[in-house]
Amino acid sequence: MTQELYDVAVIGAGVSGCAVARELARYDARVCVIEKEEDVCSGTSKANSAIVHAGFDAQPGSLMAKLNVEGNRLMYEWAKELNYGVIPVGSLVVCVSEESRAGLDVLLERGRANGVPDLRIIERDELVAMEPNISDEAVAALYAPTGGIVDCFGLTIALAENATANGVEFLFEAPVSDVRLEGDVWEVTAGDAVVRARAVVNAAGVYADQIHNLVATPDDRLTIVARKGEYYLLDNTVGDYVRHTVFMLPTAMGKGVLVSPTVHGNLIVGPTATDVDDKEATDTTAEGLAEVVAKCSLTVKDVPLRESITNFAGLRAHQQAHDFVIGEVEGAPRFFDCAAIESPGLTSAPAIGQMLARQIGERLGLSEKPEGEFDPTRPGVVNLVIASFDEWAELCRRDPAYGNVVCRCCRVSEAQIVDVIRRNPAATSLDAIKRRTGAMMGRCQGGFCTPKIMEILERELGMDPRDIAKNAKGSELLVDEGRA
Amino acid sequence: METRDLVVIGGGPAGLAAAISAYEEGCTDVLVLERDVMLGGILNQCIHNGFGLHTFREELTGPEYAARYVDRARELGIECELGTMVVDVSADRVVTAVSPARGVFSVQARSVVLAMGCRERPRGALGIPGFRPAGIYSAGTAQRLVNIEGQMPGREVVILGSGDIGLIMARRMTLEGAHVACVAELMPYSGGLKRNIVQCLDDFGIPLLLSHTISRIEGKRRVEAVWVSEVGPDLKPIAGTEVRYPCDTLLLSVGLLPENELSRAAGVELSPVTRGPVVDESLQTSIPGVFACGNVLHVHDLVDYVSQEAAMAGRCAARFVADGARLSEQDEREVPLVATGGVRYTVPARVSASRMDDKLTVRFRVDNVYKDRYVSVYVGDERLLHKKKRVMAPGEMEEVVLKRADLVARPDAERIVVTLEEV
Repeated sequence: MTQELYDVAVIGAGVSGCAVARELARYDARVCVIEKEEDVCSGTSKANSAIVHAGFDAQPGSLMAKLNVEGNRLMYEWAKELNYGVIPVGSLVVCVSEESRAGLDVLLERGRANGVPDLRIIERDELVAMEPNISDEAVAALYAPTGGIVDCFGLTIALAENATANGVEFLFEAPVSDVRLEGDVWEVTAGDAVVRARAVVNAAGVYADQIHNLVATPDDRLTIVARKGEYYLLDNTVGDYVRHTVFMLPTAMGKGVLVSPTVHGNLIVGPTATDVDDKEATDTTAEGLAEVVAKCSLTVKDVPLRESITNFAGLRAHQQAHDFVIGEVEGAPRFFDCAAIESPGLTSAPAIGQMLARQIGERLGLSEKPEGEFDPTRPGVVNLVIASFDEWAELCRRDPAYGNVVCRCCRVSEAQIVDVIRRNPAATSLDAIKRRTGAMMGRCQGGFCTPKIMEILERELGMDPRDIAKNAKGSELLVDEGRA
Repeated sequence: METRDLVVIGGGPAGLAAAISAYEEGCTDVLVLERDVMLGGILNQCIHNGFGLHTFREELTGPEYAARYVDRARELGIECELGTMVVDVSADRVVTAVSPARGVFSVQARSVVLAMGCRERPRGALGIPGFRPAGIYSAGTAQRLVNIEGQMPGREVVILGSGDIGLIMARRMTLEGAHVACVAELMPYSGGLKRNIVQCLDDFGIPLLLSHTISRIEGKRRVEAVWVSEVGPDLKPIAGTEVRYPCDTLLLSVGLLPENELSRAAGVELSPVTRGPVVDESLQTSIPGVFACGNVLHVHDLVDYVSQEAAMAGRCAARFVADGARLSEQDEREVPLVATGGVRYTVPARVSASRMDDKLTVRFRVDNVYKDRYVSVYVGDERLLHKKKRVMAPGEMEEVVLKRADLVARPDAERIVVTLEEV
């Protein structure tokens, strides 16, 4: 590893890092993505609202506004070649008091200035027809048909798989401890390895400030604050309790939480927004969960929280100025920040990937691969929830393992699990399998299928069962072999 | 399409007992569909003893109890498809299933017995704050890992919830060399059987902390500690009462939920209390010809009662096949059973005097611990049963017996009330 010279080393295999890597794969370039966890999509990218924002939130003229609207468009387009789940359910910003109605007009104007298509304000009657469970207090809403929901895992994984198929390498369980310029070459110390590259992309999420500050000049310090968001995820029996992503228009009383269907068929409720000192603090709190419970009723009545199947918390990479920090760092030649990618960062990721890849390509003088050498397509993972019985029967004829349902709650067969274990990057942990297939994600939360999936991992990868982990090292499921 | 007189969904204790009794009642065209690769259901991992005291008058282990039914089903030549997951049941009783051997296939059934069992409530249903590390298992998952896979999920254990599986696993983990620090129970009483508290906790010196819950989980990768707090009357943790227990494992035994996704999709009416189908005296659901029994109908305390109930479902399914018209006649007068005064629900929820057997066992659970109360049954305004019980608890199922003659003699009764009374 130390002898190789890459053109680009990307630090962080979240959605931004993977999008940049995938877009860089269009060039004749050697690219390595460095990740501290055992899999892609293990930080902010895995624990968020998974919303495709329409683009009316950001200030006109900001980088955020531009990349959000462009990312929204690309999100739907790329799904056709990368086969991740995205559904344009549309979003509603619900106004719950006549006094704050003017806020809707502000958003409408801002959205139009940002180039968001088809925005309009709807009155209560139409709103109730669209969302029968909307709060009795709701008076009107901003409707954005281009808003949507996306499989944030599926997107990131698809980008990583497509990048890999086009020659990008991934280095896992390699936390970056140092980045330094030696002559013309950046040396990135990552775990036991030193990755040498002409250019570096800092897509380190909540840690992007630490990476930035290793190379930036003293008067160019970056501070990223971890902003915790806590969520409830409800069973798919109530996944259609709302049909659109329902936001609340902030009032003097404060900001609400969103209520939305997910691409997996669940209902998601959250997030809170609490700044925390610890960048590993992805724990939920009694206060945070209580806040979600209290706030969701501001826009949607009687949210069926008793159908909760899990809670989780994610950390957004917040920066004071609230705009993305993207581009070459002054005084650090060919070191590119991809930092402060907070909401709508997920939506913007495809546009961020394009923008940074172009900048880097120009800076390094990279040439695009000849026509036909870059394959933009990536086969999706079979989804038996949406397959017809005829389609399922055909799959079984091809591979009987599609007939062995391992996860009954989310209808995932052995064949899908084997598929993702054999892909590249491979799923080698339970969480990696969960994010790719949906197994263990349902109402029993892996109660029934965890032992079966452990067996498949053991068989496919020749693993010692004691080494099978939920995610990275240290999260092993077994402590020892039993006496039996 | 393949046709069958009876398709039984699930080859656990309920499904097997139903299939056997249907066969013995003369309905021999039976197909049992079982998702696991062996029959017996959850009993296969319940290797402790104490099963079968009522049914066989001896103490069996779970696998031994199951074997009695598996052997009988084999003896009768009842067809069982293993490794077969039912993925759909339609209102007109087309059962669609999938298996590696047959792929996706459908069977038109004249009658169906639902016997899919139940699942454990996960952590997310409780909203326990903290991290989501490895080392948090539902008690049943840990039981499978230890008893079937021969693996050890933890060494230093705290258990939340005093359901029977949690109590059993407290003993099991101890016998396998782990240390179980305590069992915390949210309610002021246990959700499990008295005998399990004695034999699994008391005998091993494991403390049962009533009115306690887990208020925090520590550990980013693997559980490092849990915080146990006392709860107030609102069942919320009382600040300042928390005690930190360093441990690597948290087992959850916080309730069982009948697994009725298939029933719901078929359009079967479900009870919000039991979360199982609403059934009549024949254990027939709201869809004619579709019956339910075992833990998919309501969660049982003893498998013996599952077997009894399932045998009746099987008999009724066989009678439906033989004489469908009589059972599905809509003009038959049905009287609702009303659960009140501490009785949470009854199974069945309605009876028809003309269809019921001479005696009908009505099972129910109470909503709290009651001492020296009477169980009363009113038919119309008349109290026909008044039976004193020393102790009743939510963890144990209760029953009363209705006599057909009593209902026939009171044709105008609008309802049957099952209630608890002080005198």
